[in-house]
Amino acid sequence: MYRYFIRRILIAIPVIFGISIVLFTILALAPGDPFEELATNPNVPPEVRANLRAQFGLDDPLPVRYVQWLASMIRGNWGFSFVSRVDVDTLILQRLPTTIIVLGAALLLGVAVALPIGTLSALRPYSIFDQIATTFAFIGFSLPTFFTGLVFILLFSIYLDWLPFIYRADIDATGWRWWWEHLRQSIMPVAVLGLFQGATLTRFVRSAVLDVARLDFVNTARAKGLSEWITVVKHVIRNALIPVVTLLALQVPTIFGGAIITEQIFRVPGIGSLLISSILANDTPVIMAITFVFSCLVVLSNLIADLLYGWLDPRISYR
Amino acid sequence: MDERELRSLINDVEAGRLTRRSFIQTMVGLGLTAPLATQMLASAGVAHAQARGTYPAKRGGGQLKVLWWQAATLLNPHFAVGTKDQDGSRVFYEPLAAFDPDGNLMPILAAEIPSTQNGGVAKDGRSVTWRLKKGVSWHDGKPFTADDVIFNWEYAADPATAATTTGTVKDIDKVEKVDSHTIKILFKNPTPFWAEPFTASRGQIIPKHLFENFKGAKSREAPTNLKPVGTGPYKFVDFKPGDIVRGERNPNYHMPNRPFFDSIEMKGGGDAPSAARAVLQTGEFDFAWNMQVADEILKRLEAGGRGKVDIAQAGNIEHIQCNQTDPWTDVEGERSSAKTKHPFLLDPAVRQALNLLVDRSSIHEQIYGRLGMATANFLNAPSRYRSANMKWAFNVDKANQILEQAGWKKGPDGIRAKDGKKLKMVFQTSINAERQKTQQIIKQAAAKAGVEIEIKAVPAAQYFSSDVGNPDTYTKFYTDIQMYTTTMGAPDPQTFMNQFTTTEVASKANKWQGRNITRWRSEEYDKLFKTAEVELDAVKRAALFIKMNDLTIQNVVVIPVLWRMVVSAVSNKLKGTDVSGWDSNFWNLASWYREG
Repeated sequence: MYRYFIRRILIAIPVIFGISIVLFTILALAPGDPFEELATNPNVPPEVRANLRAQFGLDDPLPVRYVQWLASMIRGNWGFSFVSRVDVDTLILQRLPTTIIVLGAALLLGVAVALPIGTLSALRPYSIFDQIATTFAFIGFSLPTFFTGLVFILLFSIYLDWLPFIYRADIDATGWRWWWEHLRQSIMPVAVLGLFQGATLTRFVRSAVLDVARLDFVNTARAKGLSEWITVVKHVIRNALIPVVTLLALQVPTIFGGAIITEQIFRVPGIGSLLISSILANDTPVIMAITFVFSCLVVLSNLIADLLYGWLDPRISYR
Repeated sequence: MDERELRSLINDVEAGRLTRRSFIQTMVGLGLTAPLATQMLASAGVAHAQARGTYPAKRGGGQLKVLWWQAATLLNPHFAVGTKDQDGSRVFYEPLAAFDPDGNLMPILAAEIPSTQNGGVAKDGRSVTWRLKKGVSWHDGKPFTADDVIFNWEYAADPATAATTTGTVKDIDKVEKVDSHTIKILFKNPTPFWAEPFTASRGQIIPKHLFENFKGAKSREAPTNLKPVGTGPYKFVDFKPGDIVRGERNPNYHMPNRPFFDSIEMKGGGDAPSAARAVLQTGEFDFAWNMQVADEILKRLEAGGRGKVDIAQAGNIEHIQCNQTDPWTDVEGERSSAKTKHPFLLDPAVRQALNLLVDRSSIHEQIYGRLGMATANFLNAPSRYRSANMKWAFNVDKANQILEQAGWKKGPDGIRAKDGKKLKMVFQTSINAERQKTQQIIKQAAAKAGVEIEIKAVPAAQYFSSDVGNPDTYTKFYTDIQMYTTTMGAPDPQTFMNQFTTTEVASKANKWQGRNITRWRSEEYDKLFKTAEVELDAVKRAALFIKMNDLTIQNVVVIPVLWRMVVSAVSNKLKGTDVSGWDSNFWNLASWYREG
């Protein structure tokens, strides 16, 4: 187990290294530069741009810039944003709490929806409930979040005028009002993301439970005279969740990706919207840092998923 | 109205009994042009506009919520990259004076506006003396003095600071301290537009005591870059780059009874249409900036009755440029080289015909609506610089006639040709729904006149980039004609009009950073431009700019399509915004208030 773990970590290092080279090259080849807006402004002399480019090291050759970036990254220095002129880690840390709150809530909502519905569907396959649940699940994961987001805004903000559609991380209130305002503005983004996740998860839970429910040990449990509740909760769900849990771990980076669009629609000041605005502004250090964190997350969650699998299912052994 | 009546009206303005604006309106009603009316006031000694509108004598207006669909990313006005940063900084910092919607100066940190009458502006145009307002303090309690203003000059002028405001101080030789609250700016040359330094959005003053150790190369390390300490109506509370700027009322603000609101929140991000919606339809926000949204959508949102669109004039002009050089021949590693000649666009007949083929009224009415106005001029604002001599027309028959007479005969394919050269041109612009529709309208009209136009649309990020390696940038201009909007920035046309001077011709040698993109060269124009640079008589100078505008239009160097407006969305309850196209959206922020 430990040897396996160490081997995986060692494999991950060149992977992450390779990813960083690819990312850096693509960003360097992409058109545009962070001080572009200055170029089209007649009131800013061209020397200012030249000076800024020199100050931020944009005129150095590509390999030099990469080595510099890598060296400072290893020393824990994430770089300096061209656009905001702040350290990149400050920028990311400012956004992290909001992202975690919104994404965490969405994931919880997804699981809370998927678990009971998926299980019930699987226990009564092809019943009316199952048919309806399946239909909604298909609709749920077929509709992209940018579409459902807009539909929600149209319905709840514009026609019904119940909920605000602009998310504000700093709410100027205290006590209950603060909580209430946060709840109100979080409902739509969390629902959009959570229901999308929930729809996909429902299908997984359903098929996993369906697989387990037919196995002999479940029949044995029933034959022992265990109540249906205990049979389902202790024997069926517990075993069925093994693939689902690993799947959740694998999906964490996907959620970050899906959140980018949702964050943009609702103006949630999270990591995703930071990434979009940095891409639009050609703010290379910030794009580099965020995409790099994302790719590390993918590698890491793959590792965690593999390890979890073995921990949950003792039949799997690592060599 | 006879002269005596006129004089008494001017006296009324002088004494403050009549507002400047209503005087000008009366004059326009009498058939005088606005520039002439403005000029009448100026020569009578009433040089500048006074405070406008009423303001409630109360405070405690709660929170002001404004929405910028591009968020402020930094709060040091000397580093501001776009208007979003200038506006974010303007909540806390202030300039000596601001430009109102008519392009007139309004004092902010200055006690009064310098003029030749009060002796502030030197007769030789080589210096200007600003008297600063007394009793103004920074948010940390330190007094605001002449030293702060002088420091801002040193800070911005230092090339190592790489301040984006450095252009405003480039003509300054020295800034002298006369006394604790008076400064004298000495210019290198006679400077007619003496109001450029320390005014408007690029003239915001930062405190010396917090920045003096962070000048030049160290400028980016200043902690105050992220926590502004200014003189403005709101004090800094919180800033998240790319998301939100928050401020609270400055209890010691230097204008009485202001500001009205207890706090301000400037939220950023998202897109323009939903920002318009948040103000006009749902009323979640009080004000939204830069409404680049189709007019029909804005009209539909306004129908909700919660807000309306505010339209301000500026010098933004959507125009078509005719390439004077050959974009299809490579000379010493560059196309569109100034050494070449365009195969057919140098024929005046072709350019005149092209000018007649642009259906400005359809483009205005069907595409832009209230967001722009059809115009024949390149220089449209402030109104005293607008030429009345130029007319535009849309006339396919006449275009056909002109081309026919010039010897361009239709071939079997319906395309005109002369000496083996066909009238086929490539028309480039950036990708943008409005621009592609405009291209279509022009292409269809041109086809009727036997001119074939091939449409090319480049992603904005590439088109407007300064990437030397990219052939599709607007400054390289590797096509026959192209279209985009150029902005003016200051209410003085000097910098704006340099884009037709010979010294500015874009070329490989200057990395295509020259601003003359059509590569048009005219000795007459250059001479006019040089004269205007040092002409101190305002009337003569305006005439020079009008002449320059007329030269570019008569020669069809450019075909103006649309004079574009600055559009904001304002809640019906929010008053006093008075958006100016010549300054920050927040130039008048201290006087914003809410009604009802």
